[in-house]
Amino acid sequence: MTKILVDGTEVEVPAEYTLLQACEAAGAEIPRFCFHERLSIAGNCRMCLVELKGAPKPVASCAYAVKDCRPGPNGEPPEVLTRSGLTKKAREGVMEFLLINHPLDCPICDQGGHCDLQDQAMAYGVDSTRYQENKRAVEEKHIGPLVRTAMNRCIHCTRCVRFLAEVAGVPDLGAIGRGEDMEITSYLEQSMASELQGNVADLCPVGALVHRPQSYNVRPWELNKTESVDVMDAVGSSIRVDTRGREVMQIEPRVSEEINEEWISDKTRYHVDGLRMQRLDRPYLRENGRLRPASWGEAFQAIAAKVKATDPKRIGAVVGDLAGVEEIFALRELMRALGTPNLDCRQAETGLDPALGRASYLFNPTIPGIETADAILIVGANPRTEASLLNVRIRKRWRMGPLAVGVIGEPVDLTYPSHYIGAGPESLAGLARGEHSFLETLKEAKAPLVIVGAHAEPGILAAASALAKEIGAVTPEWNGFGVLHTAAARVGALDLGFVPGEGGLGFPAMLASGGVDVLFNLGADEHDVAPGAFVIYQGTHGDRGASRADVILPGAAYTEKSATWVNTEGRVQIGNRAGFPPGDAREDWAILRALSDVLGHRLPFDSLTALRRALYAAHPHFAAIGTVEAGDVAASVDRLAGLGSATGGAAFASPVTDFYLTNPIARASRVLAECSRLARERAAESRPLAAAE
Amino acid sequence: MLADQDRIFTNLYGLHSPGLEAAKQRGAWDGTKFLLEQGRDWIIEEMKASGLRGRGGAGFPTGLKWSFMPKKSDGRPHYLVVNADESEPGTCKDREIMRHDPHLLIEGCMLACFAMGAHACYIYIRGEYVAEKHALQKAVDEAYEARLVGQSNVHDYPFDIYVHHGAGAYICGEETALIESLEGKKGMPRLKPPFPANTGLYGCPTTVNNVESIAVAGTILRRGGAWFAGLGGKNNTGTKLFCVSGHVNKPCNVEAELGITFRELVDRHCGGMRGGWDNLLCSIPGGSSVPLVPADQIIDAKMDFDTLRGLGSGLGTAAVIVLDRSTDIVAAITRISYFYKHESCGQCTPCREGTGWMWRVMQRMTEGRAQKREIDMLFEVTKQIEGHTICALGDAAAWPIQGLIKHFRPEIEKRIDRYTANPHSDPIPMAAE
Repeated sequence: MTKILVDGTEVEVPAEYTLLQACEAAGAEIPRFCFHERLSIAGNCRMCLVELKGAPKPVASCAYAVKDCRPGPNGEPPEVLTRSGLTKKAREGVMEFLLINHPLDCPICDQGGHCDLQDQAMAYGVDSTRYQENKRAVEEKHIGPLVRTAMNRCIHCTRCVRFLAEVAGVPDLGAIGRGEDMEITSYLEQSMASELQGNVADLCPVGALVHRPQSYNVRPWELNKTESVDVMDAVGSSIRVDTRGREVMQIEPRVSEEINEEWISDKTRYHVDGLRMQRLDRPYLRENGRLRPASWGEAFQAIAAKVKATDPKRIGAVVGDLAGVEEIFALRELMRALGTPNLDCRQAETGLDPALGRASYLFNPTIPGIETADAILIVGANPRTEASLLNVRIRKRWRMGPLAVGVIGEPVDLTYPSHYIGAGPESLAGLARGEHSFLETLKEAKAPLVIVGAHAEPGILAAASALAKEIGAVTPEWNGFGVLHTAAARVGALDLGFVPGEGGLGFPAMLASGGVDVLFNLGADEHDVAPGAFVIYQGTHGDRGASRADVILPGAAYTEKSATWVNTEGRVQIGNRAGFPPGDAREDWAILRALSDVLGHRLPFDSLTALRRALYAAHPHFAAIGTVEAGDVAASVDRLAGLGSATGGAAFASPVTDFYLTNPIARASRVLAECSRLARERAAESRPLAAAE
Repeated sequence: MLADQDRIFTNLYGLHSPGLEAAKQRGAWDGTKFLLEQGRDWIIEEMKASGLRGRGGAGFPTGLKWSFMPKKSDGRPHYLVVNADESEPGTCKDREIMRHDPHLLIEGCMLACFAMGAHACYIYIRGEYVAEKHALQKAVDEAYEARLVGQSNVHDYPFDIYVHHGAGAYICGEETALIESLEGKKGMPRLKPPFPANTGLYGCPTTVNNVESIAVAGTILRRGGAWFAGLGGKNNTGTKLFCVSGHVNKPCNVEAELGITFRELVDRHCGGMRGGWDNLLCSIPGGSSVPLVPADQIIDAKMDFDTLRGLGSGLGTAAVIVLDRSTDIVAAITRISYFYKHESCGQCTPCREGTGWMWRVMQRMTEGRAQKREIDMLFEVTKQIEGHTICALGDAAAWPIQGLIKHFRPEIEKRIDRYTANPHSDPIPMAAE
């Protein structure tokens, strides 16, 4: 700890602190544009200049370390002045320079109202200009369908460039030209390829980069802001849903050190228009092969008639990717009351089973824990598309120091270097036998981490967990075995034990021809149901599930209900309601509660509070919001390893074939459809090159 | 007057061969092994004793700079980088060294590297210096051939030397921008601290020296620091290459003692002032980036670091630009202003935005199309740039204008008056230079 005087106040800060941090510790506010806590220091905006006693000129406080300050002649602590005349003059000078070429278009600028330059100009600017020359004009750049540019406004802080190069790992943007002709652009105005590109518009301190989908549509002061949880993947990023009236206008990240820091993926941010499109706003009944609008009563009567005529053993229920814990709980209770063992939430032949212990299907090291790992083996998963923010953490870890990453599965670009070990189970078995030198790397690592895709077959899980044990990934201090889920609903459903009971059918068997006679489908849209079964689809969008349904019950999307989701780490999070479901659509638990009444098995809760009370009584860990209840990893991994060793079979394939279109909401979004088209074009362009190598 | 036997650059004018044999006859590579055997500390002490100040413009004591390098390597290699990106307008001294006396430079590199525990040296040559690159590369090849340098050489100190050709950006003459450029990145200055002596090229301890500072090292060590310190004046010791250009009868490069007066420099070496001394308007004594000094102050001034600093200017690279009364001084400074606007890297705000602003105002002032209050505003803008930037380019852009306003304000006002008095908006016809 070092003593330093800030405006006469003495503070003690660690020596490696920058002056800016020291000033903040002392309560002094330092204006800044280019500085950002999570990016490298550029020191180029010069807004944070402060007077350092003894220094010949003002210093950039964001880039000057406390340990570089010289003490006074008699050993006095170094003194920083943030309110002196020199500091004030420096800031005003810089502000004037920033403004001379900045257009006066705040009234039509999307950044207006949440603009750093606007705010700081209020504090450090002057009311008139001394600049008589013409302002600089810069051509707009096309950098993709998600971020619109207004390059006249750019103040060259290079936050966007640094974000893409450092955090996203896809250096799409750069600066060309020199001096006042310097321009931020992508190479030959190609669209940015990063799946995190939306964050550059958040980072932009001015209106040079703004979100294209909502450009000219929203003003920050007219929005209601609701804190919620993202369901586009199993990471459960912290988000803020901004609504105007009953319409969701935009989704922004919330700071959450445990999960997404302050980034979100483009899918999370730009699926907003999907919440409006293709919505199911009233119940439907299939009559003579065609769906017709119906009332809730008609729909329920149709279901009741069918269910009562069916043997409970021939009734099944499946859960999709977006469902909240509450409705899964309600559905499970209803199915138990009906007496059917046919329940499943796992959409593939996977070895994940709640019976093996909670730690057998969680991402045990937790997302912040990735920063502790020093060697990572990824088996049958592509974290970049399946859990972008988790991949960002791995990349962050890789930037912090040497990190060996081995990949078994598809050879993909993870944005950090990796050793490609092989494509499938054979390679995993080979690695375990020591046929690849990466085994030594894993064994030498202090905190090795094995990440297994959630779609792994039992044999793969067994082999991977046996390997994890062998390399010392599971110790009392370190939980280096993690399952990477791809769907927001999955972990919650597994926690609820939404898996086949005694003699029950699994997910593929229920969907197959002749599986069950009545299938209750709670938003599972990723698989086709074979002809024959009577399908009750409860969901939000007219997607694959709805088109196969015999009865459609319109539910609420995740922004329209308060519900609980559990992310891949096992972290329980509650999303709040930001709006109301359209038309006759209702909250999902309420639909199930109403249906249970018609079916003659009334569920014992009349309100969400009562439901949660019942839920927490049955599963206490759901009450611990925001935390991860760690399971017994060693025991679970042991049990997983005992699943058998049937290796062999096809190469691993990621369940996410198109990052932008993984769920009904995303598929309904035009913006994401455009992104998907561009991504496919890029892939088609790069393929001949890859083949030529 | 510098005696001939005290000259370091004996082939400055290319009268003799630049080749290795000829250079050896002139004294290069003489007893280099003996010098190395004296040890690192001895070399640094001698350099300190010589009082040599860096010849690249800032005038930082070279021996002291070398002593900043870590005494023991912490595992990282040390590097010497020679700044041959000589782009300061008016300066053309390093060019002559590389053309005609390259072996002095190469020998200096070896000595400096030894003194700093570096085994590799990079010479970063300005992009426009194509012939110089070939000349220097030829000399390096000769030195390798003769096993004077290389992994196993006659001096028993493994040492490699690389000639790197830049792409012609003025900013790459700034030491950290040069390092960035050498690393293959965009030439943009780094934030200091950390200084290159701690974290430089590829994150390793690095010293960046001017060509002239390195090229004189061999002779200084051979003849002793005391000899060099005996030339010139206190704190401004030794000899220096002066590049005199502009309105003198015979512009030239000349090696002279520091502290030679301006009058002697011009009269003795440059054939006198064009049109006699009464015709002198002012001089820019240290390359385009220092403020000008009007005739009455410069004429008998000693040309050394401290005297010129006292005159509100600087010795810089000792590129003496002499301007006579036929000069349109406002247009001349405007041209310099344009140069800095053009060469600003664009990284930090004051320089990026300010250099363009200053140039535009200067352009108007050349015609007189301005308000008198804008002179004060312009001065304030230069003050807003000076000292607020990452590197010294902001200062370099500000100083010439400050010098102009300080000494030639009536000239600017005269133009504004003349423009205002002219009922036509046509530009005032200007006399040709």
